[in-house]
Amino acid sequence: MIHDSPALEITQVSHRFGARKALDDVTLRVGRGQFTALLGPNGAGKTTLFSIITRLYSNRSGHVRIFGRDLQREPSAALAEMGVVFQTRTLDLDLTVRQNLGYHASLHGMAGRVARARIEHLLARVGLSDRAKDKVRTLSGGQSRRIEIARSLIHAPRLLLLDEATVGLDLASRADIVRIVRDLVREDGLSVLWATHIFDEVEPADSVYVLHSGKIIAQGRSDEISAKADGASLAEAFRALTENSPEIAR
Amino acid sequence: MSDVTLHRTIGIGGYGVCLAGIIKRELLKFLNQKERFLSALVRPLIWLFIFAAGFRNTLGVSIIPPYETYVLYEAYVTPGLAVMIQLFAGMQSSLSMVYDREVGSMRVLLTSPFPRWSLLLAKLFAGVIVSVVQVYVFLFIASFWDIDIPPLGYVVALPAFVLSGLMLGSIGLLMSSQIKQLENFASVMNFAIFPMFFASSALYPLWRMREASETLYWICLFNPFTHTVELVRFALYLQFEPTSFVVVVAVTLVTFALSALAYDPGRGMLGRRGGPGE
Repeated sequence: MIHDSPALEITQVSHRFGARKALDDVTLRVGRGQFTALLGPNGAGKTTLFSIITRLYSNRSGHVRIFGRDLQREPSAALAEMGVVFQTRTLDLDLTVRQNLGYHASLHGMAGRVARARIEHLLARVGLSDRAKDKVRTLSGGQSRRIEIARSLIHAPRLLLLDEATVGLDLASRADIVRIVRDLVREDGLSVLWATHIFDEVEPADSVYVLHSGKIIAQGRSDEISAKADGASLAEAFRALTENSPEIAR
Repeated sequence: MSDVTLHRTIGIGGYGVCLAGIIKRELLKFLNQKERFLSALVRPLIWLFIFAAGFRNTLGVSIIPPYETYVLYEAYVTPGLAVMIQLFAGMQSSLSMVYDREVGSMRVLLTSPFPRWSLLLAKLFAGVIVSVVQVYVFLFIASFWDIDIPPLGYVVALPAFVLSGLMLGSIGLLMSSQIKQLENFASVMNFAIFPMFFASSALYPLWRMREASETLYWICLFNPFTHTVELVRFALYLQFEPTSFVVVVAVTLVTFALSALAYDPGRGMLGRRGGPGE
């Protein structure tokens, strides 16, 4: 069963902070080698969902499985399969790029020649081999993000989670990040969960889940969701679905 | 990426790699923050060179163990000031963990497949190493004063400093799990550092405190900081203080266990209180 289980399977997960229900019966699935977008305005519950998937805290109900491994019962095996790019910048600014990546390799038990080779390979992959010795502080926002993507891949995970990876970046850097991640899916068969509130980043054939006020209110192929809203764009479909929301999606 | 063969070990070797990586990061960060190092050093030196010198004649210290003769007030306060460095280091690292949680590097740490308690322990050890380095630089400078610590005392006190760092770091860790947002350092000073430091045997022997107030004496006696100071003081003079040893070890174990529980994803408060990054 583990052999053909999806990369990520979230089943009926709910979570509350005190009286506030942050996630309400969320069910979501990322197929192997698939790019799946999680669309939702700020405050929809994306970060809470990410916190649960990355085991910052546990879900009180439902299940999270990574390649068939239950996150609560086999956390170590599940976490080893997963690379994460968080919404906030999480590199040490005063350490060099290589030191940052080396630190992360050690968090996964990798050191020495193997880790070094892996770091060089990934830096080349994100086009920043020449910045290895530079302090992260000297990098641009887009470059730091690329380093964070490299970092998330050090332990060769098969599932990559990105929480608003392009937020705060200029158009060119955004396009770079999207291209790198899409290449990873196409060329390396990586499975990706891409949380965003930016519609341009979603392609018609992508699998999409729309999260709003802690609930999944729509799911399916992006073009199908748009078609249901009378052929309008995904952004318009989203507005129609969430018209009561005070947040206006870009 | 799936074709890459990885030599990843989660076994004993992997734990070593992980621990070494966390310590290395802490040391690199420490080396990059020279101002922090300097201020950590200046604080006890001001106490030693100005405060202690001023109080030298006001506060006479009679012969009490581990001292075998009358000692100068400077000699009396030196162990307490050394442990004060660790107190500040422990509290500072607790605040930096709250900050790390807000900016996210704590979250990165917690996505490591190693058990969470081992990650926290590694972080604690890393902090202890940094604080011990600072302590010995302070003791080196203080040795030019009339402190008269036997040379072997510096070696014997090392395990005492490690234990003391572990205890104060664990208290900091526990605090970091309870502080929801990064508050200013002043409140930690007021509610943790000052009471712990002043209600202890760091600046005055407890019998003196007893003369002033019986209640305060008991407060000082129950303050774990008193026991770290005494453990270190006795060790510096080549003696072992069993009560302090037991108190320090017990407080370390209890506070670390509570912190591990607090950071546990299933039972901890992070999930209930909104958690980092919410």
